[in-house]
Amino acid sequence: MRAFILRLPPLAAAALAFGLGLVYAVVFMEQESDVAVISLVAFAAVAAFAAGRIGLIRRASLAAGTHPGAVAAMGGCMALALIAVFAEDHFPLLMLATVMLYATAALGLNVQFGYTGVVNFAGAAFFGIGAYTSAELIGKSVLPPVLVLPLGGLIAAVIGLVLVFPVVRTRGHYAAVVTIAFSVLFKTFLEVNDTLGGPQGQSVGPVTLPGWSFADGPVVFGVETSFYLNYALAALLVLGLAFVMVRRLERSWIGLALDAVRLDETASACYGIPIRRAKILAFVAGNLIIGVAGALYGSMLGYVAPTSFTFSDSLILVAIVLLGGMGSPWGTILAAAIVVILPEKLQAIQEYRFLLFSVVVMAILLFRPEGLLPRAVRRYLPVPQNEEAA
Amino acid sequence: MMQTTDAAPAMEAAVPATPGPLLDIEALSKSFGGVRALNDVSFCLGRGEILGLIGPNGSGKTTSFNVLTGLYRPDGGKVLFDGGNITGNAPQAVYRAGIARTFQRSRLCLELSIFDNIMVGNHARLNQGLIFNLFNRKAFRLEVESALEEATALAASFSPFLAERMFAPVGALPMIERRRIEICRALISRPKLLLLDEPSAGMTHEETHQLMDDILAVRDRQGGLSIIIIEHEMGVIERVSDSCVVLNYGEKIAEGSYQDVASDRQVQEAYLGSA
Ligand SMILES: Nc1ncnc2c1ncn2[C@@H]1O[C@H](COP(=O)(O)OP(=O)(O)OP(=O)(O)O)[C@@H](O)[C@H]1O
Ligand SMILES: [Mg+2]
Repeated sequence: MRAFILRLPPLAAAALAFGLGLVYAVVFMEQESDVAVISLVAFAAVAAFAAGRIGLIRRASLAAGTHPGAVAAMGGCMALALIAVFAEDHFPLLMLATVMLYATAALGLNVQFGYTGVVNFAGAAFFGIGAYTSAELIGKSVLPPVLVLPLGGLIAAVIGLVLVFPVVRTRGHYAAVVTIAFSVLFKTFLEVNDTLGGPQGQSVGPVTLPGWSFADGPVVFGVETSFYLNYALAALLVLGLAFVMVRRLERSWIGLALDAVRLDETASACYGIPIRRAKILAFVAGNLIIGVAGALYGSMLGYVAPTSFTFSDSLILVAIVLLGGMGSPWGTILAAAIVVILPEKLQAIQEYRFLLFSVVVMAILLFRPEGLLPRAVRRYLPVPQNEEAA
Repeated sequence: MMQTTDAAPAMEAAVPATPGPLLDIEALSKSFGGVRALNDVSFCLGRGEILGLIGPNGSGKTTSFNVLTGLYRPDGGKVLFDGGNITGNAPQAVYRAGIARTFQRSRLCLELSIFDNIMVGNHARLNQGLIFNLFNRKAFRLEVESALEEATALAASFSPFLAERMFAPVGALPMIERRRIEICRALISRPKLLLLDEPSAGMTHEETHQLMDDILAVRDRQGGLSIIIIEHEMGVIERVSDSCVVLNYGEKIAEGSYQDVASDRQVQEAYLGSA
């Protein structure tokens, strides 16, 4: 088996990995009973370990170096296939779209935390700012809803500027405390603010394009699909865009400067890197991405309330980044899938999910600090094929 | 766009912008609480010269680099560099003025590759524009290719081992290679002044002399580079330095050629006293 894998071209290995992942995801999402879900989780753990042992994961990740575009396209196709399989079912589509939007938000957090080392424990607040932007503007203003989505990101980025000074000026604990305070204040602010709906929250209109409302499922080949199909596709688009931009950022001189700032501020300063500017850029860009994801999320749920954007939700975003691997976009997406889907599927752990995630985060930090899919060494350009074995 | 040919910057350096010494330090002082780490220290460095900065442990050598590069603000005194006053400037501004340094305790980004680490030193010459980096990927590609070529050539002049694995993480390399990478990082931006803080710490005698030969070879190629070197191995100082400055308890106690300084009674006492 190992010999077979090692002879497989990396692209074929990647295709195989995505294919197996797709089959697994379909089977997994169809399970109802706790026993079946737990067995499948156990199976996945064993399968992932085996895939690591026979070299499949290594082989497939080579392809991500030599053919980054093709591998990204495979990921997109896998998502499309999943969406197509569940095109008629509300719940799986909602779950898929949620995974993709959480993954998008976690990518934003990755720019801040994973690359630049700027801690942000208010991710859910910026996600919420995006969602409340949708609530206030979609259908209630003259703005076309598709414009509201980027606006949600912009508003999140601008409000984030309030925190720029303390977050950028200091490292570590102080910045953490400031963002935690912001996260808590944000929820309280929503609860007491009646124009934003108070503790009950408010409804959010659907995204509409000329002649196309996301409130109705399109009829495709005579099949009546779920209206969540619209949102799942839009979420895939948003995730794809965020993925491409974050990747480009990482593989650029700017990405290098962000890493240098995280790893050694003193050396960075002595080599001309403007530290504050790098941190501000990362913080603003991250919040922008998080806000856009939140704006689409709000419209998809059709309802926003303060309880959806709490400090605990911010911790979940941080957990996704840590679990996937700091600075590893593929890891972030995988971790988002695990963190979002597992509690939904396992009603038994739903109540204890925060506790469970805390344990998972501690275990990761102790035993596998590089995360599930560790970040690869930066290659600015696709790796030449003849070099792949090295 | 960046310059990657050897000719242009070398010519620039050969024709000084302003006459006079490259670096002129006047009455520099720095205290930490009650410790006077630098007390009224003055010295000059001519263009293209190599100055050995020596003195017993804790005499203020590293502190003088830290003040010079803007990591610490001096309590008093002036730093004039290349015709400008850079006293108290931010480290970033000092770097852009043309001063690059290495650190006594290696400060590389261990999880980044050799190429990445060298490119950190090239910040001023790489296009940092957001649009360029994110959207103009064709032009970016060209810049990466030429930067890689240049960095590989520089690394090769210190160690073919490094040049063969530019994308290996630095953390896995032996100490001596890391030292070389730090020097490449300082040299890649073609500074006018290079500050070396015990570049050979932890190296054998042979390795130290090899390293100095390599640095001198790059210096010949780049043309006009001046160096201040802090070094405990006196053989190295004797061989490479045009002049020496000796510090003791934050004060300059001697200055001149290595021979003069080495035969100075105060210097001998300072070294014996600390031993
Ligand atoms: N950041 C700092 N805070 C407090 N004291 C400091 C600091 N940096 C240096 N010192 C003190 O200043 C004095 C000079 O230290 P410095 O590091 O410049 O010595 P050095 O000549 O480089 O010595 P060595 O040969 O051991 O590297 C020492 O007494 C040191 O303890
Ligand atoms: Mg020192």
